[in-house]
Amino acid sequence: MELWYSEMHTANVKFSIRVNRQLFSQQSEYQRIDVFQSEQFGCFLTLDGAMMLTEKDEFIYHEMISHVPMAVHQNIRRVLVIGGGDGGAVRELLRYPRIAHIDLVEIDPLVVEVCRKYLPQVSCGLDDNRVHIHYEDGLKYVRAKEEEYDLIIVDSTDPFGPGENLFTKEFYGSCYKALKSDGIMVNQQESPYYEDDAIAMQRAHKRIVQSFPISRIYQAHIPTYPSGHWTFGFASKHYHPLKDLDDQAWNQLHLQTKYYTTKVHRGAFALPAYVEELVRDVE
Amino acid sequence: MTNLDQSRAPLYEALEKFRKMRVVPFDVPGHKRGRGNPELSRFLGEQCVGVDVNSMKPLDNLCHPISVIKEAEELTAAAFGAQAAFLMVGGTTSAVQSMVLTACKQHDKIILPRNVHRSVINALVLCGATPIYVNPGVDHNLGISLGMSVSQVEQAVAKHPDAAAILVNNPTYYGICSDLRCLVQLAHRHNMLLLADEAHGTHFYFGADMPLAAMKAGADMAAISMHKSGGSLTQSSILLAGPQVSAGYVGQIINLTQTTSASYLLLASLDISRRNLALRGRETFAKVAALAQYARDEINTIPGYYAFGKDLLNGDSVFDFDLTKLSIHTLDIGLAGIEVYDLLRDEYDIQIEFGDLGNILAYLSIGDRKQDVERLVSALAEIRRRYQKDKTGLLSQEYIEPLVTATPQQAFYAEKVSLPLAETINRVCSEFVMCYPPGIPILAPGEKITGEILDYIRYAKAKGCSMTGPEDPEINRLNVLRDS
Repeated sequence: MELWYSEMHTANVKFSIRVNRQLFSQQSEYQRIDVFQSEQFGCFLTLDGAMMLTEKDEFIYHEMISHVPMAVHQNIRRVLVIGGGDGGAVRELLRYPRIAHIDLVEIDPLVVEVCRKYLPQVSCGLDDNRVHIHYEDGLKYVRAKEEEYDLIIVDSTDPFGPGENLFTKEFYGSCYKALKSDGIMVNQQESPYYEDDAIAMQRAHKRIVQSFPISRIYQAHIPTYPSGHWTFGFASKHYHPLKDLDDQAWNQLHLQTKYYTTKVHRGAFALPAYVEELVRDVE
Repeated sequence: MTNLDQSRAPLYEALEKFRKMRVVPFDVPGHKRGRGNPELSRFLGEQCVGVDVNSMKPLDNLCHPISVIKEAEELTAAAFGAQAAFLMVGGTTSAVQSMVLTACKQHDKIILPRNVHRSVINALVLCGATPIYVNPGVDHNLGISLGMSVSQVEQAVAKHPDAAAILVNNPTYYGICSDLRCLVQLAHRHNMLLLADEAHGTHFYFGADMPLAAMKAGADMAAISMHKSGGSLTQSSILLAGPQVSAGYVGQIINLTQTTSASYLLLASLDISRRNLALRGRETFAKVAALAQYARDEINTIPGYYAFGKDLLNGDSVFDFDLTKLSIHTLDIGLAGIEVYDLLRDEYDIQIEFGDLGNILAYLSIGDRKQDVERLVSALAEIRRRYQKDKTGLLSQEYIEPLVTATPQQAFYAEKVSLPLAETINRVCSEFVMCYPPGIPILAPGEKITGEILDYIRYAKAKGCSMTGPEDPEINRLNVLRDS
């Protein structure tokens, strides 16, 4: 018997992982949630059939979405994570003693429940007393906040489905308002390679540029995401992602990471020429 | 005996059956199930072009329904509690016009509020009847026209006891209802027909706790925009008639202007939508009303916006309010409704129904999702944060009493001259001027042009309202009666 999980990365490209067994499958109020066990990537979570994270390569995404802003802004105390119900971003953030308070806003309680049960390595920080989970629409939550956070991490699903609202101009504008005067917003920003993903990435960048004075794209290599080439947005009211990077301060923390280093940090902002062009077209 | 089981959709069922028979078409339409127009087939889908067919025996004929269309109309009449129902394919404009043409002949009078849709006055151009306008009250804070107060209509009836009909908006674009039951009684006491423009009131027939629907109130005819809150395809509509009106005569009136090639896509959409509303309308509209109320509550937490609702009720000119309508007053953030409307579309990719000088209207219906309402609310909050201005100098809409000096028909067909806007003062206009949407005329044919009206037109143009009606699309000139 052969059992394969497949995701269509485009209408003509299919990505498959051989599956040992399916651990969980349920339709929540918002989406279909599945958990599989595989030889190659260990346990992995999909939402509406789209890959969210695997046990083996999740470190790349979660390190890159968290450590990049943390190495730039030395006074981050209050953090808002929108989406990210798996707890991966929170786990990385909790490694910084200077962070006093994390609000995690996840729309779907079942995602958190499932990750707690099947992906404890990722969700392990969710019970920390600095973490406050709110089961709410992210756009609604942030609408009511003003100058409250030093850092907002937008750890969303794709912009086609429940995560759609987290790619809108009104959302980025609301995040700007919710940040303190030197706050930073980091968001997952899709792949620059396949056309539909690239359009989503461009649209998001355009909207962020309109909302923040500083806005840069950085990238990481994530084997299980479409094309493997993934981007993040770094938007800020004050700090520059490279000029204000404090290598020394971060390295003195002696955090053990598997992907992020301050050298990778610098390199991640050097974009391939075609990606630079995509970005420039909407600036 | 016809089977009045609302779970049936005879027209849709006949089309499904027809599709399976694979009949060879040597009739129109010439695209022959899409084969002759592959680009169109790709765009609309084979399923869609495959049922774009002509009238034929198994599918009946809208001009003279005897089988499946007749059954669909009977089911529709039963679902809406009407004596007779007519499926319409020329938009609710065609339903409104057929209603007015049924009730009025040349030289008849019709009593109506000034905030009627242009289709009503267009019908008067066609039939030659005279409009007797009743001043709908105006809420001066919001700058919106209200419903008709019963006493105002009573005065009009006393002054014009020979009028043929009273026409009522049920509700207005903003969701405001008049005391329909009282107006029906008033009309019938004076042998007048009561016509209801229910372009925005389809859901009144199906939802719980909704304002009173016209047929339930005893009205004689009602024009129903199924394609608005009912979910059918754009341009499909329904005309309802009560027991006092001859259905055969209504059919003749409809056939004066109706196409002989009615679209089966539109007709099937009416049949399927009626079935859906009859079976599931109650819970569907409860959800829509709850979603609209949620949006209203959220918007009212943002300082400067006022999303109004039943708080406007005054027992008369605002007898009831349709809670599915999400109307928002914007002047207190220093922006005209039309400016907020434009910002929502241009900056936030959100298209709402319309914006006028002081308000916007977001149309909520059976297709809306909570997440989209969150976007609308957030975008409004952002517009306030980023674009808020001082509100001085902003005009609110005021009721401008129309000075009718010729019937719409006389004015429309009279000899006319085109003059620059500034020179038209005190002349009689021969054309319509309106912001579209909502499509309620500022000037109608036969009305005197005043300084107040010209100021309004200039202001609305400057604020970016989309103005329509006149021959000159820029509205720098207006046609006026030569001898006025």
